[in-house]
Amino acid sequence: MTKSSFSNIQSEYLALIDHNKCVRCKRCIQNCGWGTYSFGGDKILADHSKCVACGRCYTYCPEGAISIVKNPTVLRENANWKEGLIKNIWRQSETGGIVISGMGTTFKYKKYFDHILLDACQVTNPSIDPLREPMELRTYLGKKPSRLDVGLDENGESVLKSKMPPQIELQTPFIFGAMSYGSISLNAQKAMALAARALGIVMNTGEGGLHDDLVPFGKNIIVQVASGRFGVHRDYLNSGVAVEIKIGQGAKPGIGGHLPGEKIGADISRTRMIPVGTDAISPAPHHDIYSIEDLRQLIYAVKEATDYEKPVSVKVAAVHNIAAIVSGIVRAGADIVYIDGYTGGTGAAPNIIKDHVGIPIELALAQVDERLRDEGIRNEASIIAAGSIRSSADAVKAIALGADAVAIGTAALVVMGCHVCGKCNTGNCSWGITTQRPELVRRLDPEVYGERLYNLISAWSHEIQEVLGAMGVNSIESLRGSRERLRGVELTDAELKALGIKHAGL
Amino acid sequence: MITIDAAGMHYKELNRLIREGIGKGIKKFFLENINGQYYIGDGIKGDDVVININGTPGNDIGAFMDGPTLIVNNNAQDNIGNTMNAGKIIIKGDAGDVVGYGMRGGRIYILGNAGYRVGIHMKGYNEQLPIIIIGGKVGSFFAEYMAGGIIVLLGLDDSDEFDGDYFASGMHGGTIYLRKKIDFSKYSKDVELYEADENDMNFLKKYLIEYADSFNIPSEEISGKPFYKIMPSSARPYAHLYTSA
Repeated sequence: MTKSSFSNIQSEYLALIDHNKCVRCKRCIQNCGWGTYSFGGDKILADHSKCVACGRCYTYCPEGAISIVKNPTVLRENANWKEGLIKNIWRQSETGGIVISGMGTTFKYKKYFDHILLDACQVTNPSIDPLREPMELRTYLGKKPSRLDVGLDENGESVLKSKMPPQIELQTPFIFGAMSYGSISLNAQKAMALAARALGIVMNTGEGGLHDDLVPFGKNIIVQVASGRFGVHRDYLNSGVAVEIKIGQGAKPGIGGHLPGEKIGADISRTRMIPVGTDAISPAPHHDIYSIEDLRQLIYAVKEATDYEKPVSVKVAAVHNIAAIVSGIVRAGADIVYIDGYTGGTGAAPNIIKDHVGIPIELALAQVDERLRDEGIRNEASIIAAGSIRSSADAVKAIALGADAVAIGTAALVVMGCHVCGKCNTGNCSWGITTQRPELVRRLDPEVYGERLYNLISAWSHEIQEVLGAMGVNSIESLRGSRERLRGVELTDAELKALGIKHAGL
Repeated sequence: MITIDAAGMHYKELNRLIREGIGKGIKKFFLENINGQYYIGDGIKGDDVVININGTPGNDIGAFMDGPTLIVNNNAQDNIGNTMNAGKIIIKGDAGDVVGYGMRGGRIYILGNAGYRVGIHMKGYNEQLPIIIIGGKVGSFFAEYMAGGIIVLLGLDDSDEFDGDYFASGMHGGTIYLRKKIDFSKYSKDVELYEADENDMNFLKKYLIEYADSFNIPSEEISGKPFYKIMPSSARPYAHLYTSA
């Protein structure tokens, strides 16, 4: 068929320049990764069709001469035929392609965290002042023994006779979720590595191997093994504090990874060992895992390769039968289970999957924690919750619903300037985060953003201490799975039952 | 040199003994009475370590292996050389499914047939060039998503029996060599067939000789026929499948 270059899709945003304020410094041209701006001889010109509202230009315009506005003339409002649906029909009729994008779903589903309230002490039990009294946030991830054997040493002193399985020690119950070198830039990974080291927490390599520059951060890194096996070898498995086997991701349950060829330059080609410019496709399943028994086989292949010294984590997306699935994963020998809710982010995923597949992390967590307790195996593995943890309040609620710790991905990128434009798949990120273009990557200073990540997690940790104090709890471990301290508002009986919490007032 | 009698031994104990032996500087291992133990050679290093396996080993032999040589004097099972980085695995019989998944370097030589999904997502970069040579036939989904490296199918029994379906689907890098022409209509549309030229044969020569020597086959028996090669028609077979939101 002949292809027409004419498109029905009009600019979503307008990049407006106040030419009275503009001093023609051309910083906007330099800063925009999308090529929106050009110099027309006497003034800056804007190609609105290229603008994605990433916010870089107006943030760096010294004169405040730029404003980005939603194009007011685009489409008639229609609650049924929404703008996005009409545009996707045009887009797909023009290209014949599957619509993909970055970040999590933009659909307006119910956010259960926003319908859960925390308890506090009044009169009958005392609250604790976290500014004056000890408040423990330290968290250990890994298998905990079902029983401890204690004996006496030669001096008659009590000693622990049981050998503890390997643990990851976190000074605060946050980790940086898996984002690969390839999907994000090396500088973005370095910022997280610096922050993780300063905070005493960990980051996760994602499925893109470990760049040489990050090897010294091994004590603060979880390395990932996914179905494409990119960057995986013996030394890699032994270079971090734990190994994560990625089965699924909240943004795209049931499908594999997809790093578009636009982002595969020479360095990514080397770390992933695939041709330059190819799409890095991770198969939907691991082709050595078709069952729980096969998962056990890979878990123990990794344990053998690491001499049983590293906890093995298994990451899955929250889907309909998640409680039974996690029970199987724990029985297969996982030391940590990472559950990613349907609002989680991604570097690139088909919208059909992102917007319509999976379940909320809140419901998954409550069901999983309950199931593992019922089966008497909750101690066998730690649980990490993820899928758009947006604040310390989300984190506290996730822990009270049953998580040991939470992972943040999008929030960490927002620290680095991300405006959640969702164009990560294109490789044009003006902030130098989800791009491999050297001139864009260079602008992301790992020291500066490492410090800001440190600030954010420190602030969130203090907020958690405040909330714990208000609840009269002096250790985050005491809150884990304590659903009695949660109440629901504006929730149906079915929702309350799935969450395992009472309605407010009861 | 050390001989380990593995009769009734759990894989965890067996592999611990091997790792300890390597740590003590032992170079040659003879494993006797192997009967289904998993993970032999998993994650071990040492370019001059040779492990002779007598019996039938279980799944995942040579997984994540980085240098040593494993010689299996029998058939082997699934996941041979899973994500292997360097070294050599010689199978003097048939192999199971998923040989060389995500393999990054080293060589796997199989005398007989291999199962499904051989060489899936095999990789390669410059000097890191994994090579699999198979004497017999392979099952379906052969070389799926192959991104680099070399696989040679010899078809030594010269039968016309078809290899598997979905041959080389999603292949976007690397090269497959065939010693016998297979009905091209059975291949995925992602690849193209060429006749191997002198450069190809010169490149293959040392590996084919090494293969022949591993199994005591006269090397003329292998190289006497014309070879064909299969390469991806595009480095980006799925480029047009997607459109950005």
